[in-house]
Amino acid sequence: MKSLAALLTAALALGNAQAASTITIATVNNPDMVTMQKLTPEFNKLYPDINVKWVVLPENELRQKITLDVASGAGSFDVATVGAYEVPIWAKNGWLDPLTPAFAKNPDIAKSYNVNDIIPGVRNALTIGGQLYAVPFYAESSMTYYNKDLFKKAGVTMPVNPTWTQIEGFASKVNDPKNGVYGICLRGLPGWGENMAVFSTVANTFGGRWYDNDWKPQLDSPAWKNAMTFYVNLIKKYGPPGATSNGFTENLTLMSQGKCGMWVDATVAAGLLSDPSSSKIVNSVGFANAPTGPGTPRGNHWYWSWNLAIPKSSKQEDAAFKFITWATSKDYIALVAKTKGTWAAVPPGTRTSTYSNPQYKKAAGAFSSLVQKAISSADVTKATKDPVPYTGIQYVAIPEFQALGTQVGQYLAGAISGQTTIDQALNQAQAAAQKVAKEGGYQK
Amino acid sequence: MTAVPISATAPKPKGGFKITPSVMIWPAMLYLILTTQVPFFMTIYYSFFRYNLVEPDRRPFIGFSNYVGLLTDSDNLKVLLNSMILTAGTLILTLILGGGLALLLNRSFPGRGFVRSVLMSSFLIMPLVTAVVFKNMLLNPVFGFFSWLVKSLGGTPIDFLSAYPMATIIGMVTWEWTPFAMLILLTGLQSLPDDQIEAARLDGASPLQEFRYVVLPHWTQALEVVVLLETINVLQVFGEIYASTSGGPGVATTNLPYFIYQKAFAEYNIGVASAAGVITVVLTNILAIFLLRMISKNVSPGGH
Repeated sequence: MKSLAALLTAALALGNAQAASTITIATVNNPDMVTMQKLTPEFNKLYPDINVKWVVLPENELRQKITLDVASGAGSFDVATVGAYEVPIWAKNGWLDPLTPAFAKNPDIAKSYNVNDIIPGVRNALTIGGQLYAVPFYAESSMTYYNKDLFKKAGVTMPVNPTWTQIEGFASKVNDPKNGVYGICLRGLPGWGENMAVFSTVANTFGGRWYDNDWKPQLDSPAWKNAMTFYVNLIKKYGPPGATSNGFTENLTLMSQGKCGMWVDATVAAGLLSDPSSSKIVNSVGFANAPTGPGTPRGNHWYWSWNLAIPKSSKQEDAAFKFITWATSKDYIALVAKTKGTWAAVPPGTRTSTYSNPQYKKAAGAFSSLVQKAISSADVTKATKDPVPYTGIQYVAIPEFQALGTQVGQYLAGAISGQTTIDQALNQAQAAAQKVAKEGGYQK
Repeated sequence: MTAVPISATAPKPKGGFKITPSVMIWPAMLYLILTTQVPFFMTIYYSFFRYNLVEPDRRPFIGFSNYVGLLTDSDNLKVLLNSMILTAGTLILTLILGGGLALLLNRSFPGRGFVRSVLMSSFLIMPLVTAVVFKNMLLNPVFGFFSWLVKSLGGTPIDFLSAYPMATIIGMVTWEWTPFAMLILLTGLQSLPDDQIEAARLDGASPLQEFRYVVLPHWTQALEVVVLLETINVLQVFGEIYASTSGGPGVATTNLPYFIYQKAFAEYNIGVASAAGVITVVLTNILAIFLLRMISKNVSPGGH
């Protein structure tokens, strides 16, 4: 019995003395995250006693997997990649470990990491009740990309701050479907993070909103009708066929193959379109701000970030904390630049120091200031012309929005493909939004 | 092989417990009940609650509200109709195509075995792979094979998946299930005695009459098997829809399984998804019982 006790104490002592631990990381299959996965050996140089296992999936699937895992407390993941929309909701549900105490416990990491270097707006979006719940891996807004060669051929020039009306005019001039060139590529693939992300910014800037201050849905308002009519016609007239199957990835392919005159989408694509290994239009790609509509300049460009967080159900908080502070640090960004051979390819939008770095300015000069301005000027609390009871630019920050946004995205796709009329789509969307407001107990 | 009766002189176990065949079945029955009925009763249980994973603190009992919500939403009627259209459309097409191919393969010609294997191949491809290949390599309006074909002939390509979504899905599923119908119908044909055909021809029956009065009656059983198995299988089509249209555009291609998947895994609404699951089980059972009755009535003596 005594020897057993001795054995136990010895084992416990060993456990305290840096036993090897394994962490499982769930992340999206976006190019930047795939790079992070490839750099795991570099992490192990610093922390040889932490084994890293990866689960890498497309955005929708990953979101489902992590949500199910975290909600049921299964604890399969020690690090989860969580979007800007989910962090506040999950923190309120008590699904995430607050990071502020962990930083206090690890003063060395806190010092080298320097939380204050994170762009204030990005940091505030991840701070709930004074506690930081996630660290940003990259942040993005939206902007306009255009093909300079095709614009020259059509004899038009893109201003820095285009309006949607101008965009329509350019699209009609550039459109040349006979030669496989389309005036504009926009997302039609249904999903709250796909077509609704782009379309919500259009609705905002046309003067629309999801709900008024009493949580009465406003999707059958004239503003939404004008926005949807505009968006649907633009895609029907000057977009590629089959737009309802095109999300971010498909449009990125079309644009980088030189098949689109214009594309309004995530700022992250700027680096990808400037990367010769994946883009044929490196020398002819131009950048402008996201278009504004006739209603208001507000909410015309979105705000989004992908962040790393530690689920409550994780048993490896220490190792997980070491990983997330490594993968979002200044040193990691420099490491990516070194591995990729260009600063244009680093994860953007998270640190002030990235944008003051002369090497980054040189490499990403064509778009870095546009992107930085877009990210820092995207205000999730003032995204609409009229007052609203929710936060979020291209989403409504309530748990039910994933379902609602995806449903409305389906109706929008139905209108684009001509399955339904715009009025039918808006009525269906209004009914769905009303159901959410009532069942969720938002309407008093 | 006759059953060996338990000898009367065997000592009786205490308490009058006898190991009879029905007792021996129980372990297997218990296992079946545990693995199939327990989840089903849990599904029924959850369907009476407002249960959304994203809101861990609000799980009130709401009685039949989930069911009422499902049955009163006109969108959901469309989902039910979609399921029916998909199943009926696929059935009709596979019976016609499979029957035609079976008639052709029923003759002997050189290379028959090879042709049969080639025709079988589309049944062996996984649904997800089928959908991805169709969506990206064949039907894509910009760089798909069909659009290249149409363009080189000087036409404008159609975007099938958004212009005719349901017809395209039916086409895909038909492509997968035609070989199944073909094989079963071919087996049915091969059991048709040659002397019947000969007799019909001697009596001067035209090929059409021969088909109508000799082949078709003989085919009835094989046809019923195809109808029953395909109905049950095509009602559950999911992968083809998931990978090609995601139930869209709008709700044009959302069938019952995809609808349940959306409620459970896109909206995390376990309550509504459970209720939809229960409704689906009930509907499928009604349909299966109806089809089985039809078959057993015809198979029983004096049926035909």
